[in-house]
Amino acid sequence: MNGLVAAPPTSWEWIWDHRDTIGQLFVQHVQLTAIAVAIGLAISIPLSLLAYRYGVTYAPITWFTGLLYTIPSLALFAALTPFTGLSVKTAEIGLVSYTLLILVRNIVVGLRSVPDDVKEAARGMGYTRRQLLWRVEFPLAMPAIAAGIRVATVSTIGLITVAALIGKGGLGQLIVEGLRILYPTEILTGALASLVFALAADALLLWAERALTPWTRVRVRAFVPPRPVGR
Amino acid sequence: MHTLVQALKWLVDGSHWSGFDGIPVRTLEHVEISVAAVAIAAAVAIPLGLFIGHTRRFQFLAVSVANVGRSIPSFGILSIAYVIVLKVAPGFAFGFVPTVTALVLLGIPPILTNTYVGVQNVDADTVEAARGMGMSERQVLLGLEVPMATRLMMAGIRTSSVTVVATATLSALIGGGTLGRYIVDGFAQSDNPKLVAGSILVAVLAILTELILGRVDRVLAPRTASRGAWARRRLGRQAA
Repeated sequence: MNGLVAAPPTSWEWIWDHRDTIGQLFVQHVQLTAIAVAIGLAISIPLSLLAYRYGVTYAPITWFTGLLYTIPSLALFAALTPFTGLSVKTAEIGLVSYTLLILVRNIVVGLRSVPDDVKEAARGMGYTRRQLLWRVEFPLAMPAIAAGIRVATVSTIGLITVAALIGKGGLGQLIVEGLRILYPTEILTGALASLVFALAADALLLWAERALTPWTRVRVRAFVPPRPVGR
Repeated sequence: MHTLVQALKWLVDGSHWSGFDGIPVRTLEHVEISVAAVAIAAAVAIPLGLFIGHTRRFQFLAVSVANVGRSIPSFGILSIAYVIVLKVAPGFAFGFVPTVTALVLLGIPPILTNTYVGVQNVDADTVEAARGMGMSERQVLLGLEVPMATRLMMAGIRTSSVTVVATATLSALIGGGTLGRYIVDGFAQSDNPKLVAGSILVAVLAILTELILGRVDRVLAPRTASRGAWARRRLGRQAA
């Protein structure tokens, strides 16, 4: 099958020869991820505060973000192109949409898990509502929020490869190109680089979370079971 | 808005509802591939999850599968499956076989994680009491742990199914059928109405999957709840 490629070089050679391109695509992948998660957070935080303060809004908010989450990525990217073109904007609208459900759910769960005694004590000490939120509730909700950011980041990194259809796929670009010329090395490079990036980002964020929330370090458990998925 | 109106016109055009590239055929392809993938994934993940949850052995395996499963790029694994099938059995490379292979791998993690967590979450004292009453390991598993884990297992199957239906769309990128065909072809032909119409169809199918399985979940719920209650009554104690 490699016959379609003129004199196919061995895989490691190909990767070495194309290191500049791979590097550029990786940088694009990182940028797309960072923008998506940042905008996702900027939208999710006010939405979550709304859902937390006014409990009745939680169901409609999760219903709507759940609807966005259910739409297959290829369909969303494709449906947007007649309106926003083959642009970073199109990719980001889709990517941001998918982070919302994960982030909102985790932020609200985190805020709701802050014990009433703690809030009562803070109020007794004269904290205003705003001080309570930023100095007590948000810091104590951090582990759940950080978990949400990790899941959102990891799934965004995977989804970006699909945005290769509209030319903004980061490392996914290698997969599309490899499929076009049927060159396995290129497909594998794109897929594995994306996988490694996702695992590395997950580990990095976990490390950052531990560094930022030293008070959670007391509860060290040898084995943490995975959390069940689904709504 | 013009494109949207044209897309709706495309959808109601009778000529798009017949033939090998018609909406019924493409929908059927999409559903067939998805059902096959979820069925195989469940057949692998449920027994494995029950085994790990019941014996508490190889727990690291369930955790690693959950973590790595989330990080795998769906498009990447689909393309890798395609290339492998193309090398091993070129006759099967287009559509069904590589797509189902990739979808099974993507569908396993949510079902495995939830089955394992569901079984593991059954109150340890309750399990101990069941053993004390002389229930065999098989009876403990099938009569107590499985009924109590059913809700979480169903949630896993639902999550898995929605992921699978969404990813089956990508099959069109490796020459397969499914509703993704309209998106990929619409793209290649710069046919915006077709592109948008295909996206609408795919989105509707994914949302329907979510809603229908949610309904199944609710229908099953009272039965499993009462079975759980039955298990607790039979054991004469309250499970946590």
